[in-house]
Amino acid sequence: MSELRYFSSQLIPGISSLSWFTTIVPLVMVLVITAVKDATDDYFRYKSDQQVNNRLSQVLISGSLQNEKWMKIRVGDIIKLENNQFVAADILLLSSCEPYGLCYIETAELDGETNLKVRQALTITSDLGDLSKLTDFDGKVICEPPNNKLDKFTGTLFWRDSKHPLDNDNMLLRGCVLRNTEWCFGLVIFAGLQTKLMQNCGRTTFKSTSIDKLMNTLVLWIFAFLICMGVILAIGNTIWESWTGRHFQVFLPWDEFQSSAVFSGFLTFWSYIIILNTVMPISLYVSVEVLRLGHSYFINWDQRMYHSQTDTAAEARTTTLNEELGQVEYVFSDKTGTLTQNIMVFKKCSINGQTYGDVYDEFKQKVEITEKTACVDFSSNLLYDRGFKFYDCRLVEAIKLEDPAAQDFFRLLALCHTVMPEEKSEGHLVYQAQSPDEGALVTAARNFGFVFRARTPETITLCEMGRAVTYQLLAILDFNNVRKRMSVIVRNPQGQIKLYSKGADTVIFDLLDPSSEDLKCTTSVHLNEFAGEGLRTLALAYKDLDEDHFEVWMKKFLYASTVIENREDQLAVLFEEIEQGLKLLGATAIEDKLQDGVPETVASLNLADIKIWVLTGDKLETAMNIGYSCNMLRDDMNEVFVLTGCTLLEVQQQLRSAKEQILGPGRASSAGDVEKAEMFADVLEETIIEEYALVINGHSLAHAMEPQLEHVLLDLACLCKTVICCRVTPMQKAQVVELVKRHKRAVTLAIGDGANDVSMIKTAHIGVGISGQEGMQAVLSSDYSVAQFRYLRCLLLVHGRWSYFRMCNFLWYFFYKNFAFTLVHFWYGFFCGFSAQTVYDQWFITLFNIVYTSLPVLAMGLFDQDVSDQNSLRYPSLYKPGQQNLLFNKRQFFLCLVQGVSTSSLLFFIPFAAFSVMEKEDGSDLSGQQVFAVTIATSLVIVVTVQIGLDTHYWTVVNNFFVWGSLIVYFAILFAMQSDGMFGIFTSNFPFVGTARNCLSEKSVWLVILLTTVVCVVPGLAVSFLRVELFPTLTDKVRHVQQFRKRQGPQEQSLRRVRRTSSHRSAYAFSHQQGYGELITSGKNMKMSTVSSASSPGRTPQSSTWIENMLKRKNAVSCVFDESTGAPLKTDSTEN
Amino acid sequence: MGKVKPGPLSRRPDNSAFKQQRLPAWSPMLTANTVLPFFYFMALICMLLGVWLLLTVQSTQELKLDYTEAGTCDICFEKRKNVSNADQPCSCTVVLSIKKAFKGDVFFYYGLQNFHQNLRRYMDSRDDAQMVGRKNNLKSPSTYCLPFDKDKNGLPVAPCGAVANSIFNDSFTLRYMAPSGSVLVPLLRKGISWYTDKNIKYRNPSNGNMTLPQVFEGTGRPLYWQKPVYDLDPHDATNNGFINDDLIVWMREAAFPNFKKLYGVLYRANKPFVNGLPAGNYSVDISYNFPVKYFQGRKEVVLTTLTWFGGQNHFLPIAYLVTSCLILLIAVILTVAWCKFGKSGRNMEE
Repeated sequence: MSELRYFSSQLIPGISSLSWFTTIVPLVMVLVITAVKDATDDYFRYKSDQQVNNRLSQVLISGSLQNEKWMKIRVGDIIKLENNQFVAADILLLSSCEPYGLCYIETAELDGETNLKVRQALTITSDLGDLSKLTDFDGKVICEPPNNKLDKFTGTLFWRDSKHPLDNDNMLLRGCVLRNTEWCFGLVIFAGLQTKLMQNCGRTTFKSTSIDKLMNTLVLWIFAFLICMGVILAIGNTIWESWTGRHFQVFLPWDEFQSSAVFSGFLTFWSYIIILNTVMPISLYVSVEVLRLGHSYFINWDQRMYHSQTDTAAEARTTTLNEELGQVEYVFSDKTGTLTQNIMVFKKCSINGQTYGDVYDEFKQKVEITEKTACVDFSSNLLYDRGFKFYDCRLVEAIKLEDPAAQDFFRLLALCHTVMPEEKSEGHLVYQAQSPDEGALVTAARNFGFVFRARTPETITLCEMGRAVTYQLLAILDFNNVRKRMSVIVRNPQGQIKLYSKGADTVIFDLLDPSSEDLKCTTSVHLNEFAGEGLRTLALAYKDLDEDHFEVWMKKFLYASTVIENREDQLAVLFEEIEQGLKLLGATAIEDKLQDGVPETVASLNLADIKIWVLTGDKLETAMNIGYSCNMLRDDMNEVFVLTGCTLLEVQQQLRSAKEQILGPGRASSAGDVEKAEMFADVLEETIIEEYALVINGHSLAHAMEPQLEHVLLDLACLCKTVICCRVTPMQKAQVVELVKRHKRAVTLAIGDGANDVSMIKTAHIGVGISGQEGMQAVLSSDYSVAQFRYLRCLLLVHGRWSYFRMCNFLWYFFYKNFAFTLVHFWYGFFCGFSAQTVYDQWFITLFNIVYTSLPVLAMGLFDQDVSDQNSLRYPSLYKPGQQNLLFNKRQFFLCLVQGVSTSSLLFFIPFAAFSVMEKEDGSDLSGQQVFAVTIATSLVIVVTVQIGLDTHYWTVVNNFFVWGSLIVYFAILFAMQSDGMFGIFTSNFPFVGTARNCLSEKSVWLVILLTTVVCVVPGLAVSFLRVELFPTLTDKVRHVQQFRKRQGPQEQSLRRVRRTSSHRSAYAFSHQQGYGELITSGKNMKMSTVSSASSPGRTPQSSTWIENMLKRKNAVSCVFDESTGAPLKTDSTEN
Repeated sequence: MGKVKPGPLSRRPDNSAFKQQRLPAWSPMLTANTVLPFFYFMALICMLLGVWLLLTVQSTQELKLDYTEAGTCDICFEKRKNVSNADQPCSCTVVLSIKKAFKGDVFFYYGLQNFHQNLRRYMDSRDDAQMVGRKNNLKSPSTYCLPFDKDKNGLPVAPCGAVANSIFNDSFTLRYMAPSGSVLVPLLRKGISWYTDKNIKYRNPSNGNMTLPQVFEGTGRPLYWQKPVYDLDPHDATNNGFINDDLIVWMREAAFPNFKKLYGVLYRANKPFVNGLPAGNYSVDISYNFPVKYFQGRKEVVLTTLTWFGGQNHFLPIAYLVTSCLILLIAVILTVAWCKFGKSGRNMEE
């Protein structure tokens, strides 16, 4: 804007000290470049939006299904979804292929949970399976307005003169994926921006970097500086005009409108503002944009961040944040899909005191398992799963030798679970597991010859070592959070009744028969071993039941199952009763596969002083387990605070006590004097050596985020090395980020893969999406996308660091060069009666910033490297200056100003002194203003070019080309503009004709230029040499080493492997929700055909209530998220 | 980015040195091995240049004489105070003596002090198009020339503008008081301007075979001029109009308020001036026209011989010598600092 003002004032003759083109030419160039860049940006954004908008979905239109683009879907449409499809909008489930209108969805995109969830259509709509019925459907839905609560929905369906209440269990939300359900129909309730997913996305805010803000501040300062100079010169002009200029009127009368010296000063002020406006160059902003664009391309092009498995390269989706990547202090990471691959692998087991899973060579040495290690060949088993890999042959041999323990071990795994099998064709089994852990265990059993093949509500059919064996399923003692175990009671073909149980080791060990004591000790050792490797463990046990005892128990069980009051408690007691005196079989170890290189990345980022907070919607135990396996939580930490308080008071107390423990009693201040506490914490943050970690769940977090507690929370969190927040909603994630953003002047980065991370990605200074997976939501709202978490290291430590370093050097030099360039006018003012006469040729002013000096500094800003990429990764501490904002800040700017001012004064005064007594060799005139202009301009170009040469750390071909090219171009243009031809055509625009020829052919002029250059450059050189020698920074040291190495020849350095050293055990292999036991025994989720053949009359009355039970439990869970949810609506209609 | 080729690794970025930021490059570091020798080298270079320049400048001679109120000129000075006397001629004489003969080419300058040729509005007040002979501009000068674009009769002024109007109009005659009587010192008054100015920047308007006065018909002379532009040099018809050397020299505006401009060069064809100016007394007859009283200015004449880097320029040699000393001082400090702290490499330890 200010440029426009300059421009307009340049048209006023009284004050126009410069021709119109000096400003308009750069302005037009800048506007054109900016416009082109923005247009391309918008185009690419449009294209990626189109990708989502143009996904197809089947919509029922006038009696037939037609493919429609997502963006055309409207509220009220009936759409058909197929298996594994993304749900396109928030829809009301009408019917599905499954009985009772059930359908399964995966909500990983929404909340990060990977287990399947069940949704059910209203009974009255569940038979709307064919198109004609659906076409006739004319129900009316009245529901709540769009909101962001993922777990709550209230509405009413009016159809056929009756009302049916709707709640969240009838809804399929956008972002879910349909699983294990061939098809379903739904009515669109919310579409587009009104969907809960989009409502959760938070507002898209314009992000700008701290350098941007600093730059804006500096521009304001410079503006003030400019005004100051203008005022000084205007006062000077007033004085000069009244003392001298008044008498000079004989030769130069004042303009008619100029009444007094004061008025002349006023006009001069504006004239000087125009002349000096080059201290605030327009090209600054466009150059910065160009640099950022270049850095973004380097990110896109980097092969180190290319993931070949998914064929995705990193992508900088916004091009304006690059240098902020070099200043990140807090990383907020999602867990599922970001830190972990969300793949569970059966890794090891301990059977009857013997561990399996490691591979040993002939010297009994443990062999590292790599991709080349030979897998066990399971192909003799016709039903084996090809994806399963196991490396220890001893286990297969043990089974072949019919080791009873090993057989029982896998039999248990094949029987005790709630997995549903699906045999699409003969021998092609697919398991549908509620949680990936269970799937992994059942798959392991399958490959070891105990194939879980089919189940009915009453039987389980296994294929044991090739023989089909059918077990009668007598009871499922389901999992829940308190029990932390599940059991099944089966009758085997021999007629024996057996109870198989699996669960957390601590729980199972308490239930063991004394006879298993020895085994318990050995297994315990093994469990520790497994846990040390970050594996999730489960203990397995069994028990033979005698017929009579079981009969009695079964009766009690059946009775308790039908009780309405207190059923849960009664069942729990019953379960406890029968699960006594178990015999230990062994333990399993499952790896929740981390993404490649996660612990190394975490360690590396920690070394760079980047704090990583994990924010996940997943369970506490899982989150902690991942914390341990990523090395974020360690056993040698002084304390891991786990905050699980349910009320404000409880949370407050827990926070206080944790803080007290860290700071020592009495030092933890009350929430009253917040400011003092903050200062206190800031100081202490540096000094605390002990390592603490904080784990907090969403419920406590909600309380802790209240205004009166948030400071305590933040202080505590910042005192801890690691912070893990679990069971948090997408909005809470954003709030946590917001909290840190608001109270810490630190740059935050959020990384995530799912739609549940969108809000935090949008809130954080920098949002990074994990790409290459199914969901696009996170990527679409992110600023950068990478395929793997580990690429974050390269993104931050290499690209971010370089970007920051380059940007800072660029800004420093850019301001310097403009000060040096412009302030010469200021000095000249004292000698030309403050008349706003320019020193330089107007064309030089026009071209200086955009032609003569733009490319070398751009090349430096694009290609400069102080240390190589390998060293950036090897010494993560190099990252710290960015966080502390050391490379370019107000102090640096001041130094830059000082250097600019001194350079400009030397540039002016040396030629000034020399020229006052100088003649041409042939005696003719050499003291003319034009000669002076050319000399100073040439000195200036040479000085700033030498300076960029000194500032460039990495001279590539391009740098050389631009630096030398700029000098050549300067002289070429200089001579061209002052040539006879140009003067002949545009006489009044090129009055400098012949000056360069006459002036630069003089030896004395070159002597002046040489002297000026030397005097301008030498002090800076000396200072930087002294600084490097006396107070070297880490960067200097690394550069030193790097140079030294180069001379010595390349040396290979292997990165130390980060070892996991945790003995924390997690036995969490289940969903946090109630299992599907009831669903299975009721036969609800069986296909009609199987159910009808297997259902027994005794079960039918019971089955109608299971859904109710499940819903009740779900509501209980959902209360954790949101207390304001009113009483959950009763789904009476389902029973009608 | 770019076209997507089919294939499993289609989106793999190219492995080019440019895209991977591994262009071969030279990454210099400021080490003692490079910086210290450079400093000593620069000090030496500056020292040598300074000494050389100093020796050269010693061989030049210069003589300055402020004649504003000197000799008989005080009368003229007073006379020029009053604008009403502007048209009355006034001449005076000043005497100067040369102790030591000026060897070689001798240059005669006039100098002005406190005359601001570098004021923005003053510098703009000219019309280059007019002075390069454009006919349109001759008759209708650029508005930049205001208020010196039209004379009292409304005729366009040629050359227009404040610069031309304020031309320095004193003239000098240098006489050598030889023992045998006073001899006129011949001065070359042509060829004292740049070749580019004389031949490119300033051209007379031409119109077939018309004479110069005919061409300039219909234009007025600038306010302060006594003679019209086509009659500036009565002795040489080709030195008239816009290509008059004195006009050209004046039109090249000085950068600073104190300046000197070339008036003439000693013509050395005849004795006793073949080797320059012999020692002895000289007198300068001045036709005193230019008023300096208004702006507290001073006028002077300068006689000087030149070297390859201009006249008696003491600044450059001294500046080089001082710079050389400073660099040497810095170099010594750096060396000491380096030996004491940096050399051991202690600072560079990780």
